Amino acid sequence: MGLGSPDDAVVYRMENGTLLVATADFFAPVVDDAYTYGAIAAANSISDVYAMGGTPFLALNLAAIPSDMPPEIAAEIFRGGMEKAREAGVVVAGGHTMDDREPKYGLAVIGTVTPDRLLLKGGARPGERLALTKPLGSGVITTAYRAGQASPEALAQAVPWMLRLNRDAVRAVHATSARGATDVTGFGFLGHAAEMALAAGVRFRVRADRVPILEAARPLAEQWLFPGGTAANEMYFRQWVTFDPSIPEEVQMLLYDAQTNGGILAAIPAGEMDRFAEACRALDQPFWEVGEVVEGEPGIEVVR
Amino acid sequence: MAKTVDARGLPCPQPVLLTRDALRESDAVTTIVDSDTARHNVTRMAEKAGYTVRAEEREDGIYLHISRGEAAPAVAPAPAPTPSGGPLVLVVPSEFMGRGEHEELGQILIRGFLHTLNEVSPLPDVLIFFNSGVKLTVEGSPVLEDLRTLQAQGVQILICGTCLGYYGLKEKVAVGEVSNMYTIAETLMQAGRVVSL
Repeated sequence: MGLGSPDDAVVYRMENGTLLVATADFFAPVVDDAYTYGAIAAANSISDVYAMGGTPFLALNLAAIPSDMPPEIAAEIFRGGMEKAREAGVVVAGGHTMDDREPKYGLAVIGTVTPDRLLLKGGARPGERLALTKPLGSGVITTAYRAGQASPEALAQAVPWMLRLNRDAVRAVHATSARGATDVTGFGFLGHAAEMALAAGVRFRVRADRVPILEAARPLAEQWLFPGGTAANEMYFRQWVTFDPSIPEEVQMLLYDAQTNGGILAAIPAGEMDRFAEACRALDQPFWEVGEVVEGEPGIEVVR
Repeated sequence: MAKTVDARGLPCPQPVLLTRDALRESDAVTTIVDSDTARHNVTRMAEKAGYTVRAEEREDGIYLHISRGEAAPAVAPAPAPTPSGGPLVLVVPSEFMGRGEHEELGQILIRGFLHTLNEVSPLPDVLIFFNSGVKLTVEGSPVLEDLRTLQAQGVQILICGTCLGYYGLKEKVAVGEVSNMYTIAETLMQAGRVVSL
């Protein structure tokens, strides 16, 4: 991919024709438990390879560990990352750790993809249906939890989704001829959806009432406990987004909420939705049909 | 007394939480922030809760003055507004003046009206733009100069944020302040006289 068309990861064509997919990501803790944090960070890093339609196989650790952190805590972060990588069929070999006040962890990940399986942000076509494979709300929940404003039960709603690999979601997409997909992370659902719509030169009609939102996220959204990233997403992407005015403001904001290892957003040809649903069922992969791709001025209209 | 919250350097949602706590103790709060995201989150939270927010950019930070609407300062409980004593409010619900066969005439009339308004007495205290009326307040509007002159003479200009959002014009506002239904409803209910075009 050239720099002119940003996508989820770098794709590099080797001399033998193989396409290499490379990506790197790391972030500060989103949960207290060191092992879970390592696993979430790893799943999030690997997700960008899946979002390109690729198969990851190799990764390097990227970490910042405070010098006063007990070594057994740091070891738990790495163990979480390593085991999540193993679940994905990825070997973690080395990497680099530096000293910093706040811990950070993630992976640089390499995978491969064949040209016919490449999923691009610009691949959506009018007439296709939009499918999302994880509910929204992890940003506001983890942020409120760290501020002491959300219960452990609220956090427990978000953790299994943040831990979940996007591998099966992409397998289900590959059961169809879909070419347009991305993963929902820091820019939020509407930010990543806008990137797709603009890259493809199409309009997304999103049905707000069908977008899945974690129950625990709603009361926290009403209190406006959003992370700064969510506010930044709204400020930047709203130029391409219109809302039905009857959609409550906190729901509008939840659609912009910065996600950690959120789901795959894919544009599936309408005639292949059954095949996609069938593949999801076989893989025990949930999904929600949240809208459709239409012709018109590139951007997003959010309706009820 | 207005309370002051210094939220500079604090990540979200701390500025929101500190402001919310302060608003439990005082009806008027000034929160100082130093990032656009904190400014945005605090402003949205306060407006959603029915407060009016006025932002003041200073060298050492962004001062967000949060209060229960302009008309009711928090110092003393406001006396019930008397029907004749409240402000004169002019409502502009459309980009056209009157309804007729030709929209063009409606546009000519509203331009003429807002231009003339500067020269009549008394001036309205508040101008409220909603529905397609908000189009008069954005870049490219032929009446911007007139509205700016009115504003310079102390006329408060409130623009319906929902309507701007509906038309996709939020970024294009060139005069007045983007407001919400709480403030608009409160302004209308406390008005001495409401004139609707």
